[in-house]
This record gives sequence, C-alpha cells and structure tokens, in this order.
Amino acid sequence: MANEPMARLELKSITKRFPGVLANDQVSFSVQPGEIHALLGENGAGKSTLVKMIYGIMQPDGGEIRWNGERIVVANPKAARKLGIGMVFQHFSLFEAMTVLENIALGMDAKIPARELEARIKEVMTQYGLKLEPHRIVSTLSVGERQRIEIVRALLLNPKLLIMDEPTSVLTPQEVEQLFVVLRQLASEGCSILYISHKLHEIKALCHTATILRGGKLVDTCNPSVETSRSMAEKMIGGNLKTIEKAEGRKVGREKLIVNRLNMPARSHFGVSLKDITFTVREGEIFGIAGVAGNGQNALLLALSGETLTDDPGAITVDGAQLGRLTAKQRRLAGVSSVPEERNGHAAVPEFTLADNSVLTARDRLGMVKAGLIDHKAARTYAGEVISTFAVKALGPGSTAGSLSGGNLQKYIMGREIMQNPAVLVVSQPTWGVDAGAAAAIHQALVDLAASGSAIVVISQDLDELLSLCDTLAVINEGRLSPAMKVADADIEEIGLLMGGVHGDPAATANLHPEVAHAH
Amino acid sequence: MRIKLEKRPEPSTLMAFATPIASVLLTMAIGVVVFDALGIKGEKAVIDIFLTPLLSSYKWQDVAVKAAPLIIIALGLSIGNRAQVWNIGAEGQYIIGALAAAGVGIAAGGAGGGIIITLMILAGIAGGTAWAVLPAFLKTRLNVNEILSTLMLTYVALQVLGYLVGGPWKDPNGRNFPATAPLHADQTLPILFPGTTVHLGVAIALVLPFVFWLIMSRSVFGFQIRVVGSAPDAARHGGFDAKQTIWLSLLIGGAMAGLAGALEFAGALKAINLGFPSGYGFTAIIVSFLGRLNPIGCLIAGVVLAVTYVGGQVAQTTVHIPNSTAGIFQAMMLFFILASDILIRYRVRFVGSPKASALPAAGE
Repeated sequence: MANEPMARLELKSITKRFPGVLANDQVSFSVQPGEIHALLGENGAGKSTLVKMIYGIMQPDGGEIRWNGERIVVANPKAARKLGIGMVFQHFSLFEAMTVLENIALGMDAKIPARELEARIKEVMTQYGLKLEPHRIVSTLSVGERQRIEIVRALLLNPKLLIMDEPTSVLTPQEVEQLFVVLRQLASEGCSILYISHKLHEIKALCHTATILRGGKLVDTCNPSVETSRSMAEKMIGGNLKTIEKAEGRKVGREKLIVNRLNMPARSHFGVSLKDITFTVREGEIFGIAGVAGNGQNALLLALSGETLTDDPGAITVDGAQLGRLTAKQRRLAGVSSVPEERNGHAAVPEFTLADNSVLTARDRLGMVKAGLIDHKAARTYAGEVISTFAVKALGPGSTAGSLSGGNLQKYIMGREIMQNPAVLVVSQPTWGVDAGAAAAIHQALVDLAASGSAIVVISQDLDELLSLCDTLAVINEGRLSPAMKVADADIEEIGLLMGGVHGDPAATANLHPEVAHAH
Repeated sequence: MRIKLEKRPEPSTLMAFATPIASVLLTMAIGVVVFDALGIKGEKAVIDIFLTPLLSSYKWQDVAVKAAPLIIIALGLSIGNRAQVWNIGAEGQYIIGALAAAGVGIAAGGAGGGIIITLMILAGIAGGTAWAVLPAFLKTRLNVNEILSTLMLTYVALQVLGYLVGGPWKDPNGRNFPATAPLHADQTLPILFPGTTVHLGVAIALVLPFVFWLIMSRSVFGFQIRVVGSAPDAARHGGFDAKQTIWLSLLIGGAMAGLAGALEFAGALKAINLGFPSGYGFTAIIVSFLGRLNPIGCLIAGVVLAVTYVGGQVAQTTVHIPNSTAGIFQAMMLFFILASDILIRYRVRFVGSPKASALPAAGE
C-alpha cells in the first residue's frame, strides 16, 4: 500500500482542546484506499473526538484534514456524507417502534421513494450478505441486527471511508465474525475503513494498520500482524500490563447466595422480564453473567439489589435468610451490596460530594446515622479511606462525584462497596469505560474480596473480562439464564451461541438450550 | 465572536449567591426602563417599591408581618421543590389552615388563652396537611400530576371559604357581609412589641428557618429529599422510598402553609373574609426559588418579597401605579432567578471564530 499515490484521508497535526483537557494533540496519520485502519486507545485517549472531527460533528482547533489530497473543512455530518464518509456509531440512533425500512428512510439525506429504497436496500444486503427483514419493527431486533441497519444505512451512500466506532462491543463472537467478513469485502472493493477499538485480538485479526493514541497524543502507527497483543497493549496504556493475581489453590466454600426461580415482569414496554433465573454462588466464588446488552442484565441487578422486589421471599436467599421481599436498605443490612452499570445518577449522585455519596449506600452498615442525624465526620473519614485505599484521583472527600473521571468514579464506587465488606457483592459492568490501569485495580479488588469469603456476581458484556476474572459463568439471554459452567472448561463457541440466543440461528442453539429456542 | 456555554468542573458557589442578588438588581433595572417607557417615573417607582419600605422605619413592622407567612410557606415548599415534587397549591392549604384555626376559635366560644391559641395553630397545621393528602394519594397511587391536583384544590379551598364565611360562620353582627366575626382579643396571637403589629408568627418565622436548615443539612430525611431530587435512581439504589418522599414533601408543604394561614388569621387579620387569600401561597413559590431552596435563603428572600408587597402599596399612593405592579416585579424576579440558574453549572465564554485560534504554536 506504500505505493499508493494518494491517501484517501490524511490528518495533519490535528489538535482539539476541551476545557481542562487536550483531547487531541498534533495527531497525524493517513488512511489509504482499501485499507482497514485501526484507531486504538483506551477510553479517553481521544479516539472518538478524532473521528467526530473527521465526520464533521466537531471542528478541530488546529491542523488540517485532507481528502484525496485536497484540504477540506468538514462543516457537518451531512457534508461528510456528501464527501463519501459514512459512520456507524457505538450507540445507534434508531426508533424502536418503527420498521427497518422507515428507520433507514429517515436517515437518508435525499428523499427516495420507499419502493426504490427497499430495492436498493435489498441490493446492498445481498451484495454483502447482510441479513435483514426490511419490514421488521426495530424493537424486535437483536443488537447485531440493529447494527446491520446502521451499516446498510451507511453503505447506501457508497462510502469511500467507513468509520466504525467500537462496533463489536455489543456483538456475540459469531456476529463479530460475520461483521469482519463484510468489512473485509468492503475493503477489497476499495472502501477505506477506520476501525475504532480497544480489543487487540480483533485488530490483529482484521486490520492492516493500527494507529495508537494515548492521552490525546499519537504513540505509534504500526502493523498489527507484526506486533503482539501485549506490545500493542503496552503502547496503549504506556506501561507494563498487570495480570490479576489469584492466590494458588483458592477454594470455594459453602453456598452463600441462592437465586431460585426468580421472576420479574418487565418494567416498560421495551423492557425485559426475568424468567426463572436460577443460580448459586458460593463463598469465595466469582460468578460471571455474560450476555449481549439489553437481555435483562439491568433487571437482574435491580432484582438482586432490592430496587425491585419479588413476591416470592424465597427467590433470593443469602446464608439461608430469605431476601426476596426485603427492600434495598434491608438487603444492605443483610450484607448484599451492589454496583449498578450507570455511575452517574444511579450508583452515585454527580452533584454530591464523595462524602455524601458514601452516606448514600454505607450509612446503615457503617453507623453513619445517629438518632436520625448524619455523622458527616464519619462520612468524610470513610470517603477519605476509600480514596486512599483505591488510589482514587480526587482532591478529597469534598470533591463532587461529577468532577471525577469515569474510571476514578468507578474506583470510588467499587471501593465504597468493597470496603463495607459485603457478604454478597453484585456488580454490573465493573470496568465499563474505565482505563486499563483502573480496570486492573478493580479486578484485583474483586478477587481479593472473594478471597476473604464473599460471594461475588459480575454482570458484564465483556466476555474477556469474565473469562479472566470468574470461576463460574452463565449466559443471560432474553431474561433467561443458562445453566452455569466452569470457566476452566467453558467453550467460547457455546457461550457465543448462548449469547446469540433466539436471535442467532435457532437450529444451532436448539440442542444447547432448548427452552430459548422455543421462545422464538 | 461567539458566546459559548461551558460546563464548569464544579458548581459555582459564588454564582449560587450572586444570581439571586443579580436577579433582584436586574428586576429593578428593567423596572426603571419599562416604567419610563410607559411614561411613569420609573426611578421613583422602583425606589418606592424596593427601598422605601427598608429606609422608613415605620414600614418595618409591615414588612415583618408580611414576610412571616411568605417565609413559613416557602420553607415547606422548598422541601418539595428540592425533591422535585411541585406543590403549586400552597394557597389552598393556607386558606384551609386559616379556616381550621377559625373553626377552633368559633368552637371555643368565648374561651381564649394559651391552650386555645395552641389548639388553633395545631388545627391550622392539620388543615393544611389534610389539604395535601389528596394530591399525595393521587400522585403515589395513580400517578396524577401534583401540579394540577394541588392547583385545582386551591379553587376548591376558595369555594369552601366562600361557603363558610357566607353561610354557617357569617358574623351575625356583620351587616350581612360575608366575613367571620372578629376574633376575641384573648384568642389572638400575642404581640411581641407593644404598640406594633409584630405578632408571635414573626418570631416563629424567624426560628423555623434554622430548624429547617438543621433538618436539611444534618438529618437523613434532608439527605433523602436531596437525593430524590437530584437523582431518583440513586435514591432507589440508596434504599430511599420514592413514594414516602412524595408523601412527606407534600404533607410538610401543606403543614407549613396551614401554619402560615393560622398565624396570619390569628396574628394579623383576626377575621376571615373573601379577601383573605392574598396570594401568599403563590408568592412563596418565588421566595422558595429566590432563596435557592435553602431555608436561610428563604428567610432573606421572604423579606425581599415582603418589601415589594409593602413597596407596592407605597408606590400606589406616590406614583399612582396599581398595587398589582408589585406582582409584575415578583414575576420578573422569578424569571431572572430561574434563567440565571444555568450560571451555577455553566460559565459563559466569549470565543473567537474557529479561524482565529487555528494552528496553534507547536509545543503547546
């Protein structure tokens, strides 16, 4: 590709500043026609900012963008699409209650008659082997299918450059493979692809070139097939990777948390109901729950934390005590702590200080309340302890939660729960949007808590995280939980099929998990 | 040159104090301009409305007596407003509170003294609370919007008032005017300073803000109200019951409005006629926001709004503008305080066009 005469896209010294942060600092690289170019970096490294400028959502403060050799200003996304730049976002912009066709028509700049559009959609779908039924309602589709809508929408414009922002974070392993086939075909036809990710094995499998960003600066542009995953990871985090230290010969104790046929109706029309969730977690065990987003993970966390209650007191027991009808406060006193997925506004109140945020969940267990009055001094002391123990970067207990970066706030929240020494800890997406350093610290803290005899449930979409962290694993799909399997003898192929559930190939999952297939 | 709003890393404490003051000053400035444009001496009008009540000592007692109900009602409303439970019907709860107090007074016949007065006050609190029970029930059971139910109950309260003062409670010696008989002297609130109209209610209005401040800043209940208002999901996560919060904040709002009604009746007006509802329940909404939902802030804001009430009457005689002018100023204040709220969490920046700052020097 070095002999290509002219780069399709060339960035020269792109700089973008936000209040207090230099998001991109003199970033330069180029993408050739037909090249799959990875943009690699941790959360907050500046990847998204960079592509937002290429797609015209933001303007750079300095530097220039060249398109086929010509200097351009991308005024807005519409201008970008006109140039031939398409983008598939991590978060889809789809109307749940409308059909695939209607959603695509709404996203088109030009007005195309429905019949003609449908013909063109079918054409694109057969060309790239993207399976979609144009008249299906979006709310009935899986995340993978929804992503296909966005891809089809982008492909209808015959893009010369396709930007994919973290496309695989919500896909099953099988869906990832299907996506890669499409992307490789596109590249072979001359379309350039800018592929944003932090998953190294994907980049090794797919990309021709990788540009690595760290703290807004370009660290290296390299060939991923020559690099090892470890060498790229170390460039990405700028240091040596820590591995989780699990004590040799840890063993799990007696049964602690038992969830038995837990049912919960959906909270809204598009919500997911929980159906006969059954699993057991022992003392010292880390139990992972894998699954594609939106398959009942949130409902399960709320049901376990006591934010929603079941009618069946025996559906949830800890050390034999029935918790099903106990409130969140009572469950905390019984030793069940939880960390929901959303940090801002759910696990913590952004405008409150860290000390006040410790009162939120630790007040009863740690005796911060006396005669109805809050002991603010105790709250500050505890917040200070969490900050120092978990190396939270904050000015002190008086900083507001909203002023912390995502990773630091997550460390604080995890620390707040772990230092209460709960008998059972349920966490959802413990390292979502957290940099590798903080993620390693959080993983280590979970392992240490388990070693002290707590039962831990980790709900995550990140299969790699679960495989490295957990002892036991189950998959949630459409509100049903698969039987548990030992991580040591788990088959990634099978997990992938379970994650796909009814949305995957029903015939393939039928023999693995018959009840799911019947639900189709 | 563009104007840009930029999120502050931390909410600005300076702005939290500066915006209410700026809102009052802006209201005064705009008032001058508008009245001048209408051919009225704007400067004189604004001075009379905002400053005369403060500068002439004989107006102080009027300000104090008018501030008392505003402060007491605003304290209760601030709790609801913080929890994002919008009680717009304090006026109705205020009326029912006063009627309940009057009912006790009438039932006691000629009897008076401390016990009867205490019973009247307690009846006022109970009456206001009772008037908030229905909206709380409807909201928690059927998710009926409390803005509508509380406001509509205000009109029901007006009808109750009209019925009672025009019917069963009409003063037999009142020349057939729809009004209750004046209270017996020993059923009225004690006067704090002989020779003035400053009654016990003023003292209560001075003490209560500190009690509320203690509750809001130190107690678990205050914490609960603040969490529910800022982040309902976090409140649920922290084990706070949303329905309980709605009940408590509406009932406290009603109780305070009822207390204010009882005190105003037994301390200031001493009889209830059709003119008894003077809009304190609505003005207290402004007091609550101007005081930044902070109990001590409500104390100060209550005085400011009382000044505009008294000043409005002054301006009526000096520059011959209608008494309702004060209402315009009060509304303007609310507008400015709500609009300037954004400055606490955002800062305004003037930025050059993108060209001007392009291509910064290397090594930056």
